[in-house]
Amino acid sequence: MDEPVQASGAATPAPRGGPSSSFKLRKRPLTEKLVDRSFVRLTVILASVVSVTVFGIFFTVGFQAFFQGDVSSLLPWNDDSIWEGISSWDDQETFGVRWGAMPRFGLGFLATSSWNPVTETYGALTPIYGTLMTSALALLMAVPLGVGTAVMLTEDFLPKRLRDTLGFMVELLAAIPSVVLGLWGMSMLNTFLAVMVPLHNHLGWVPFFASEPGGPNLAIASLILVVMLLPIITAVSRDSLNQVPLELRQGAYAVGATRWGTIFQVLIPAAISGIVGGTMLALGRALGETMAVTMIIGNSTQLSASWFAPSSTIASLLANQFGEADDIQVSALYYAAFLLMILTFAVNVLAQSIVKKLALKYD
Amino acid sequence: MAATAQPLQSALAYRPGIVRNLWNTAMTTLVGLFTIVAVLPLILVILHVLLKGGGVITPAIFTELPPAPGLAEPMGMGNAILGTVMVTFFAALVAIPVGVGGGIYLAEISRKGWFVDSIRFGVNVLAGVPSIICGLFIYALVVNTRVLWGQSFSALAGSLALAVLMLPTIVKTTDEGLKLVPQELRMGSMGIGASRFVTIMRVVLPAASSPIATGIVLGIARAAGETAPLIFTALFSPFWPDWSRGLGMLAPTSTMSVQIYNFGIMPFEPQVQLAWAASFVLVVMILGANLLARWIARFSSR
Repeated sequence: MDEPVQASGAATPAPRGGPSSSFKLRKRPLTEKLVDRSFVRLTVILASVVSVTVFGIFFTVGFQAFFQGDVSSLLPWNDDSIWEGISSWDDQETFGVRWGAMPRFGLGFLATSSWNPVTETYGALTPIYGTLMTSALALLMAVPLGVGTAVMLTEDFLPKRLRDTLGFMVELLAAIPSVVLGLWGMSMLNTFLAVMVPLHNHLGWVPFFASEPGGPNLAIASLILVVMLLPIITAVSRDSLNQVPLELRQGAYAVGATRWGTIFQVLIPAAISGIVGGTMLALGRALGETMAVTMIIGNSTQLSASWFAPSSTIASLLANQFGEADDIQVSALYYAAFLLMILTFAVNVLAQSIVKKLALKYD
Repeated sequence: MAATAQPLQSALAYRPGIVRNLWNTAMTTLVGLFTIVAVLPLILVILHVLLKGGGVITPAIFTELPPAPGLAEPMGMGNAILGTVMVTFFAALVAIPVGVGGGIYLAEISRKGWFVDSIRFGVNVLAGVPSIICGLFIYALVVNTRVLWGQSFSALAGSLALAVLMLPTIVKTTDEGLKLVPQELRMGSMGIGASRFVTIMRVVLPAASSPIATGIVLGIARAAGETAPLIFTALFSPFWPDWSRGLGMLAPTSTMSVQIYNFGIMPFEPQVQLAWAASFVLVVMILGANLLARWIARFSSR
């Protein structure tokens, strides 16, 4: 008879400080809730800054390529609105809107190589060719070098201390600003030319070596790009090679594979997602690299297939011409910048999907 | 007995002459050469910068202004050093709160859904945007429209461009650093009645402080050496910052990286020497920051 009463009594807060009283649920004060909730809101806002920035970059660059005039002239009530002529239709051809390079040159922009501020004809074929060619050449050299170095740094050819030091040195290479590499490239110009002149003399019939190397050119820009890409490829490949489980290596050795048989047929295939990912990352970097390339590519808008001729990339064209450009030339430069953005965007998205698709899961 | 043991032993012995072993040796040598080729440029660049730039360094470099083209006096770049510090500092001031906040959202607060996916995607895209495009973006948004108190080119515009560049690095390192914090810490903190805000700010964030600090230091070091976002935003100036215009932040400002570009391509010897001096200071600063980041990482792993 007594027992159930006591049990129910313990369930209600006991005035004498029984064990249950110390577990009373505390009501959270209003300020604490407010702080919590506003903190969550704040982080949401801060995180969306990233997305808004990406959207803003695409929007402003696209806008400048599409219209002439600054971003604020989009507003119809602005003094200098791009729409001000539209009501009066003062120009039959343009409907009174100040169109930029994208509507004016269309896709022909990609296939024209003339860049002439006097006649106002603009085409980005030369910089597009330069961008793709420098990046391709640089990757062709940097991938074997970078992956080879990564193998060297993950195998036990060298004592661990030395390998760590070498790895750190390669990482430092990534930290050197590109403008410093450009300055170094300019000071080493004659050394590079000394190597290139015999190539031209003996192999001049190959279209890529056709012009006489006499100064800054596309090949030197590619070499400097190699120096910039090496640390990226090496670091990413090294990380993914390090993550290959030891069992795979042991298994390969157990069935009698040689070291290099193991590396080529087991380790590199297992790490391929990281290696390809790093390579694509490096490609994205190479496409958009500006300063080092601008300083040593010669900045010529003359189209030439030769690697030993001065050329330009989209980024170097921007760095070189944007300061002095006005009106339609600014818009043409933004059009080129828009192309560069689409290009690097595509490379990055492709890289992510490849990495996802190739990634092996070890569980 | 011996006759059967003999071929067995020779089959197990290492024979350097057979094809697979020759291939092994050849590949090892090749990769060794690759490693040398990969490390060589670093040594060459560092030596070149230390020798050519170090020779120009005098106390006056830090206190004087650069000479007018054609003159040899005064030899200094105090304004560029000050400008780099100012522009990078303000960039960090903008990028660190936004980046750490965004990282906290991704790691601690977000649940699965399209919004988080879009932000992660945005971070990856932003990390891949070429640095010169960041410059053009800020030019179109801030410089050309003169929204910053009627100023066109300004140090603040340069800071914003660098902040855009630093943002994805900081978000990523914060996100990854927070994910390394064991779940038990959060449970424990929540279990003794701490609110979410207190849990994140007082428990989780301090536990992840060293990877976040490492990422921030590396991000700042990278931004300090960037040139492309600055040439159309902060522009350049051969003078000291104009203190009357927003404490120098609203006037065009010289920075070391832009000075290397502008002076490096000039035909005047004093200017080229100053470009090397700026390279020296910049490289020493950046290598120092990298060592600092390593020290932070090692210090915390103890």
